[in-house]
Amino acid sequence: MNILVFVESAEGKIKKTSLEAVAYANGMGGNVTALALGTVEAGELASLGKYGAKKVLHAGDAKLNDGVIQAYTNTIVQAMEAENADVLVLANSSLGTPVAARVSTKLGASIATNVTELPETSAGFVVKKSIYTGKAFSKVELKNAKKVIAIKKNAAEIKEVGSDVAPTTFAPQLTDADFAAKIVSTEKATGEILLPEANIVVSGGRGMKGPEHWGPIEELAKLLGAATGCSKPVSDIGWRPHHEHVGQTGVKVSPQLYIAVGISGAIQHLAGVNSSKCIVVINKDSEAPFFKAADYGIVGDAFDVLPKLIEAVKAGK
Amino acid sequence: MKILVCISHVPDTTSKINFTDNNTKFDGNGVQFIIGPYDDYALARAIEIKEANAGTTVTVLNVGPADTEPTIRKALAIGADDAVRVNAEPTDSFFVAKQIAEHAKSIGYDLILMGRESIDFNGGVVHGIVGELLGMPSLSPVMKLELDGTKAKLAREIEGGKELLEVNLPFVAGCQEPIAEWKIPNMRGIMSARTKPLQVVEPVVVDSGVSLQKFELPPAKGAVKMVSADNVAELVTLLKNEAKVL
Repeated sequence: MNILVFVESAEGKIKKTSLEAVAYANGMGGNVTALALGTVEAGELASLGKYGAKKVLHAGDAKLNDGVIQAYTNTIVQAMEAENADVLVLANSSLGTPVAARVSTKLGASIATNVTELPETSAGFVVKKSIYTGKAFSKVELKNAKKVIAIKKNAAEIKEVGSDVAPTTFAPQLTDADFAAKIVSTEKATGEILLPEANIVVSGGRGMKGPEHWGPIEELAKLLGAATGCSKPVSDIGWRPHHEHVGQTGVKVSPQLYIAVGISGAIQHLAGVNSSKCIVVINKDSEAPFFKAADYGIVGDAFDVLPKLIEAVKAGK
Repeated sequence: MKILVCISHVPDTTSKINFTDNNTKFDGNGVQFIIGPYDDYALARAIEIKEANAGTTVTVLNVGPADTEPTIRKALAIGADDAVRVNAEPTDSFFVAKQIAEHAKSIGYDLILMGRESIDFNGGVVHGIVGELLGMPSLSPVMKLELDGTKAKLAREIEGGKELLEVNLPFVAGCQEPIAEWKIPNMRGIMSARTKPLQVVEPVVVDSGVSLQKFELPPAKGAVKMVSADNVAELVTLLKNEAKVL
């Protein structure tokens, strides 16, 4: 089985979620080729070999520095054909998922997104997907010869299994039509740990009483190497940017550790965090529904507990 | 201008999820169904565009059996002009996208909007498949959409920020907040929705590449372990040694 992995990069570095996709493909036990687009550091490309890629393709045209959905689609389809690949593996993301949709249509492939585990292949080719916003799973058979699998964060563990691979240049044939949707500019927080990719998330809710009180949340996040998140009301009133909104209609996270401070735990918020491995809730209301979904809880005022927690983390380092 | 808004008919976000028939069917018992929250944003933006541009019509489309009609009527009450129901169970993304594309081809819409994903199966791929089937650009998740003649300016949310784009009509967009505020139907809207046209069409045959084997529920969560606010250091110890997440 030949597997192509579409790897995403940001600021020249391969995204961690894409390394998980390489690890997933390696776990499937096939011949893994990784494909990176746009400007990526040479060392980063080569290192894909360590995580299981036997071959690394690089379509380095600067026109591909922006994630143009149709151009990416056609580049991936051409790479699939060139490599005679049966399966495309990628990480679910704001770029990966829309691209996966178009690639699957072009190839006549079966598609599954939000995949959480390696496929079962004893009878057919069956993958497990997260559905109902993390409240359930489904097992679906992908019946077509070609398959597109978009994995959810933590579907595979990143492991070093090989050594560096020298990248091969890949030059797709693209037309102006592939760039019909023109990216004018990108506004992006740089140097921050991004919420969908973070292993630890520290989120604040209305209990934080105002945007000027976010200092301790940010300090704790920085100490833990965590991303910051917030509840829907907090982003609705503009205390925090929309891309930090965790919940049913915001970002769905699945970190190792989710720390919620001053968030009551409306079911819509829980839908965004229910695939976290461990949930800590800090709330002054002992009746807050979030405690029922938590692994650890502290009843207390955020402005009292947070400084203590920051000190305790510092002391434990 | 003709706008198509595709809506899903999904359990309310507060619903408890259960399955029947040996975990092969969703248990709709006691569940309230709504317009998919993301689709509801798409619909609200379409109605705003209609209100600002005379001569614009908004058609809503749902792929579903007859019991989705109250949800479709709600979309009409919010302000859509007419509706199409493709009479079939929405079994998978490709099936649904194919039905949408077939209908869209027969009409020729300038803009096809829907939610970034349905909140039942969370596939997030229908807009992309429709775009590919119709040979149009597809963009998702779109958080801002402004029309300027035959051009549109959009913002697409990306990890940690957003991307600003320009694209010519026609195109397909998967929408999310804050593209518009959800609209609540008023009494006049509800009354007029009863007589607005709702056409039922039969599905085209699709050779689906995905088949459901079974549903599963996640394992039950253990009880929460409480730590005293006077002993916060214990929490750090537990996270390190017990949960092993620090």
